[in-house]
Amino acid sequence: MTPIAAKRPRGAKKPSKMSRSFLLKLELRSHPTLLCVIRGALEPLVEMLGFSGEYGRSIIRAVDEAVSNIMRHSYHGRLDQPIEVYCNRLQRRTNGEMELGVEILLFDCGPAVDTTKLPARSLDEIRPGGLGLHIIRGSMDSVQYRRAGRLNRLRLVKFAPSSKGGCGSAEEKPS
Amino acid sequence: MNISARRVDKATILDVSGNIDMSNSLEVRKALLREIREKGVTRVVLNLSAVAYIDSSGVASLVEGLKASRDTGLRFVLYGLSDSAREVLKISRLLKLFEVYEDEAQAMAS
Repeated sequence: MTPIAAKRPRGAKKPSKMSRSFLLKLELRSHPTLLCVIRGALEPLVEMLGFSGEYGRSIIRAVDEAVSNIMRHSYHGRLDQPIEVYCNRLQRRTNGEMELGVEILLFDCGPAVDTTKLPARSLDEIRPGGLGLHIIRGSMDSVQYRRAGRLNRLRLVKFAPSSKGGCGSAEEKPS
Repeated sequence: MNISARRVDKATILDVSGNIDMSNSLEVRKALLREIREKGVTRVVLNLSAVAYIDSSGVASLVEGLKASRDTGLRFVLYGLSDSAREVLKISRLLKLFEVYEDEAQAMAS
C-alpha cells in the first residue's frame, strides 16, 4: 500500500497535524474486515486517555463510522486504498476544571467531498441507511472536514468532563 | 460473526455472536429477511446478547427486518442488547421503534 504521505504532490503543503508527535498512527487499506482492527486498537487507547464507559464507546463508534464512510463513499468499495488514522491527546481548561480530550484525524485519497451532498437524512424517517453521519455527529463534540491538498481530512474531537488520570498528568501541556 | 437459527413453537430465534459492522451486516440482513419470510413463523427473535458492537449498517439491517416484519404481519423482537448497541439505536432515534427485552424468557413471554 502506498502511504498517503507519498501520494502528496511535490510542493503541496504538508498538513500541519502530520508533523506532530501522535500517540497512535494507523495505516490501513480500505477493507471492511479491518474495521475491527481499528476498534481493537482504539479501545485501550481511549481508556488510557481517561475515557471510560459511554465516552470511550462514543469515540470508537465515531471513528468506526467515519472509516466506514471513507470505504463506502470516498473509495466506493475499493478494498486496497489507503486510510490513515492519527490519535492524540488534548487538554483544555473550562471554568477552572481541566478537561482531557482526544483528537482523531482521518486522511484518505478519495475525491473531494461535497459537504452539501453528504448522505445524512432526517431521523424522523424510518428507513435503513444514511445514519453514519448522524452517529458521528451525535458521538463527538466536534466534527470538521476539510480538503488538505489532494487528501480528505476529517477531524474528530471529544472531551470528557472532569476526567482524571489517563496518560500523563493534568498539568501536562497540550500536545 | 456467526448466526444460527432455532425454532421454538412458531417463533424463530436467531442467535448472533461477534460484532456487526460493514463487513458482515449483509449476512444479518439476509438471515433476518429469510426467517421473516418463512411460512408458519409468527415471531422472529434476535438474540444479541453475544454482540458487543453494532454499527450503522447493522442498524440498517435491523430496520429492514422491522419493516419486513410489519409488511408480513409478524413480530420482530430483540433481546440482550449491549450498552453499545443500545446507545447506537438511541442516537439513531430508533430504540423506541423496536420491541426490546432483557432476556429470552421475556422476549418469548411478551
